[in-house]
Amino acid sequence: MSDARRVLAQLTADLKVFRRNPAALFFTAILPVIFLCLFVGIFGNARLEDYGGIRASTLQVPAFIALAVISASFVALAIGFTNARESGTLKRQRATPVAPWIVFAGRIGTSIVMSVVVTTVLMTIGAVAFGVSLPTSTLPGLLSALAVGTAAFCALGIAYTRMIPSQDAAPAMTNAVVLPLYFISGVFVPFRQLPDGLQSIAELLPAQPFVDALQIAFDPNTTGVGVAGDDLLKLAVWGVIGLIIAARTFDWTPRHSAA
Amino acid sequence: MSGDPAIEIDGLRKSYGAFEAVRGLSLIVERGEIFAFLGPNGAGKTTTVEILEGFRKRDGGDVRVLGVDPEHGGRAWRGRIGIVLQEGRAQSELTVRETLTLWAAYYPKPRPIAETIVLAGLEEKAEDRVGRLSGGQRRRLDVGLALVGDPDLVFLDEPTTGFDPVARRAAWKVIAGLRDLGKTVFLTTHYLDEAQELADRVAIIRAGCIVVEGAPDALTAGSPDTEILFVAPPGVGLDELPVPEIPQIVDGRARLQTGTPTSTLATLCGWAAERGIELERLEVRRPSLEDVYLELVDGDEPAATEAAS
Repeated sequence: MSDARRVLAQLTADLKVFRRNPAALFFTAILPVIFLCLFVGIFGNARLEDYGGIRASTLQVPAFIALAVISASFVALAIGFTNARESGTLKRQRATPVAPWIVFAGRIGTSIVMSVVVTTVLMTIGAVAFGVSLPTSTLPGLLSALAVGTAAFCALGIAYTRMIPSQDAAPAMTNAVVLPLYFISGVFVPFRQLPDGLQSIAELLPAQPFVDALQIAFDPNTTGVGVAGDDLLKLAVWGVIGLIIAARTFDWTPRHSAA
Repeated sequence: MSGDPAIEIDGLRKSYGAFEAVRGLSLIVERGEIFAFLGPNGAGKTTTVEILEGFRKRDGGDVRVLGVDPEHGGRAWRGRIGIVLQEGRAQSELTVRETLTLWAAYYPKPRPIAETIVLAGLEEKAEDRVGRLSGGQRRRLDVGLALVGDPDLVFLDEPTTGFDPVARRAAWKVIAGLRDLGKTVFLTTHYLDEAQELADRVAIIRAGCIVVEGAPDALTAGSPDTEILFVAPPGVGLDELPVPEIPQIVDGRARLQTGTPTSTLATLCGWAAERGIELERLEVRRPSLEDVYLELVDGDEPAATEAAS
């Protein structure tokens, strides 16, 4: 059996595990949709002066795409790899001849599939319910933001497992990181309405550049292809940091059995 | 190549800080045998097994598993060994068949899934999710996962812990079947009857060293004494019994240990029959592997105290 077939077998299995796990499915696939509908419903679809008169939903569709991708990559991988490590699944895989990259490929592939699916659902709801026009000229901007963002948050999620000591701690520790990030990065509240100090902090962290890059792609006032170079560079730097930490510290054996 | 032992250990050492878990352990496991590795908790059993499996680095000594140093095992070597880990479990969301199918994909020449399911005795649970299996069924799946790659050498770490007696018998059949397939089995267990039933050879580890090694029958044969037990007849002093030495009283019965059970019994029974005495609860027993084991390690928790100090 070739490695390509092995990746397919691993991805198939990991997608099944994901689909059959109600918590993962709810937080990754359903919650972003609920958030989008609620936020547009609560805050209305007013035109925003801070954003050149575009409608609030034009910001919220890309904002919740960012949330969905971060859930499907960072959150899902941090919790999923911690559970797999602590339950001994990773150690068992390590005991087989499977190449480690195939184990990663299955889970990262699951994150990519879920990101694409939820992004498509959110864009469809945005277009049908809130009249958020899908970017056409800025499609390169959307795709580049999704690609770099997914890669960066996958790397950061895997790196973050090093900090998480147990399965019980995983959901709390992961949400403790992403929830504040959503608030200061323009997911729940338009970024330009935040205090300057918070803005400066958020701009150094990975979520804000991701949200911003997606919003630029969706903004009808954007000229050109909508590729947000600065944002993508910041995301890429965060991705590389995550990759280095993950490569150096990733642990295959349960923490509790460490002698 | 086939003449090489499956496992060769020479002077293995491993310490955790000041605590020496394994102290110059040497051992050979031949190909095609079922080898049972016994010892109390903290004796260095798990450390030794994890070094053999390539999960831990050693401090000293030589180790060859299927002719390869486990520290540099690599994927081809991993493809030839199967491991039933004591810790951990398969993912509960997948079914038995899906789990085995995924695991089969990891190996270069896997055993057919249907055959593996039969071998593990999980025909009726094949489409059930792992999360819904009982403890014993999960353990059988673990054995299936170790066998699906069709390995030459199988490590079984306490494969029947938590099994009911019927399930244990079934698991024993599976393990004994591995010998018929020509596999080498390295078994760790707390159940001495399991070792006695299954193993071609056993080794007992204590405080990081092998204290005894051999075929189970040879180990028990090494103990010269047979035990004779009976309720001492009322009205007869222990010193009046026609036996070589004055018996001890254990749980209300007189106990004799003798290297000549036939003549001792003949004399004793002849004496009783002449007087019309029935020797109540008369029993003659050979020492079991458990007796040998307990004699060697009984009350022995040195590893725990040393680890704490």
